[in-house]
Amino acid sequence: MSTTIRTAPAEGGRALAKGVRAIRTPGGLSVRVEPRAAAAGVLLTLVTLAAGVLLIGSGDFDIPPDQVVATLLGHGDAAQEFIVHDLRLPRALVAVLVGGALGLGGAVFQSITRNPLGSPDLIGFGPGATVGALTVIVLLHGDAAATSAGAVAGGLLTGALIYLLAWKRGVHGFRLVLIGIGTAAMLTAVIHYLVTKADLVDATRATLWMTGSLDGRDWAQFWPLLIASVVLVPLILAFGRPLRMLEMGDDAAYALGVRVERTRSVLMVAAVLLVSLATAAAGPIAFVSLSAPQLARRLTRSPGPNLAAGALMGAALLLVADWTASNAFGERQLPVGVVTGVVGGVYLLWLLVAERRAGRI
Amino acid sequence: MQRLSAESVTLAYEQRVIARDLSVEIPDNSFTVIVGPNACGKSTLLRALSRMLKPTEGRVLLDGQTIHSMPAKKVARTLGLLPQSSIAPDGITVADLVARGRYPHQGLLRQWSPEDERIVQESMAATGVAELGERYVDELSGGQRQRVWIAMALAQQTPLLLLDEPTTFLDIQHQIDVLDLCAELHETQGRTLVAVLHDLNHAARYATHLIAVRDGEIVAEGPPSEVVTAELVEKVFGLRCQVIDDPETGTPLVVPAARAARRPQEPAAVQQV
Repeated sequence: MSTTIRTAPAEGGRALAKGVRAIRTPGGLSVRVEPRAAAAGVLLTLVTLAAGVLLIGSGDFDIPPDQVVATLLGHGDAAQEFIVHDLRLPRALVAVLVGGALGLGGAVFQSITRNPLGSPDLIGFGPGATVGALTVIVLLHGDAAATSAGAVAGGLLTGALIYLLAWKRGVHGFRLVLIGIGTAAMLTAVIHYLVTKADLVDATRATLWMTGSLDGRDWAQFWPLLIASVVLVPLILAFGRPLRMLEMGDDAAYALGVRVERTRSVLMVAAVLLVSLATAAAGPIAFVSLSAPQLARRLTRSPGPNLAAGALMGAALLLVADWTASNAFGERQLPVGVVTGVVGGVYLLWLLVAERRAGRI
Repeated sequence: MQRLSAESVTLAYEQRVIARDLSVEIPDNSFTVIVGPNACGKSTLLRALSRMLKPTEGRVLLDGQTIHSMPAKKVARTLGLLPQSSIAPDGITVADLVARGRYPHQGLLRQWSPEDERIVQESMAATGVAELGERYVDELSGGQRQRVWIAMALAQQTPLLLLDEPTTFLDIQHQIDVLDLCAELHETQGRTLVAVLHDLNHAARYATHLIAVRDGEIVAEGPPSEVVTAELVEKVFGLRCQVIDDPETGTPLVVPAARAARRPQEPAAVQQV
């Protein structure tokens, strides 16, 4: 089967934006490809893999990268086999899925709200999941699994609440951001209330959970996250094309035949679920969903939601941050949420300044 | 039976009723212009015709089918709309934006056919933006930007095209420019155009069919030469005027009466100022 790859003809006006190519098959199928975005995707995948190998190799018992790869391919000795497969691989895989989920969720919400500040952790879904988890820890004294379930329930309830509050003949970007930020502020008050109400053991557990950490994550966290990702990620990516149209405004999207409210509600539910599950698995890791989609955009230089690139950037960011948290501070290992918090906080400041300069806030 | 019509529709935003029991037919192959004072319901009527607003009673028919029960993409292949305001996504080029007009003809595995490419090029050429393909939309002037949005609507290749106040925010030269473009599309491509316009004189000059709306009711409709009279303008807009022949085109030209001549008739209007 011959596949033709062609750029737009040079004569006259170009019908495809610069750098965009179309791959066509004789059967009449065609796919738009942006080489720069594809290259960015490959690069981010490589960074993720490299950081993953480094992360798996480092710890109390260091394993050189080549042996990590050998062990992953099934050629390691028994000790390495145990350390890699039972201890460190699940943690790295959880990091990939959590980072990817946060990056993708952030890309969806920033696109729906048409605002780089419209990320799930700033507009209430992250804090909602935290309130759910803390309610289980502090009031119900539940175990880890119950805490995760609480986080998911909290995230979904908050999502429904914000959706209802922001509803006025459809949900619109700026209102969603404002109501989300207000809700986040109230939820933060609830979080503080729950922590002060807790006894010492519960309060310690709660604080640790809230920092966001990948320590001790194992296959038990990995499988539910994987199943959810296998269902939700393709669903969200499939809605990526109508989401691109939505960025031009509801009216323009309607005119092009996008089912606006359906697209928006499916994407919001899927993204809230994904972010809540990620939060359930690793705690509220700060700022990944805020910064990953924006960094991805700058890398691909492509207009539109940049969903896949956002997810890959989230995974790469979280792995690099986790490696940094466990290695860059000497003997003392930090939870990954501290690193993403510091980096993301600086980024948020920069973003606010840039947005102000552009006259958008 | 015309392709697009509304059958005794009641149009309302939540509780606020804009129009009741309104029926209208858009003549095929016409350049129909809807005019009326602010808040008379002309944009609302256009929103209903383009299925963005669902009538609380009655129905809008497209090719004999109720438009709201038709698949969204199928409607979008027949009926295009240029909304009053659209947002150009950050960092998007002209070619990329125009290409988005092909969305209703595309699918997950049919994202960019040779036909898409040809039509996008033709649309950019027809609107005179072919040279701007690689420019960013943010950098363009208001007039150029409106041409790009029209090019996107053209790329949708719909026999019917609705335009909601396409000349708002443009200076006079660009207003005429956009209206010339519409007239050209109507004449050379045989498309049915429906536009909401503010300027009665523009409407009279360019429309082949005029619909005058006031308080959610159609007061008059027909060719501008028959519809635009001093009585009608006073009835619809509450403005005393003369209607003379446009020295350029011979179409009706509305000349508002001098302030002194209008004063006794409009004490309320004076108080408002």
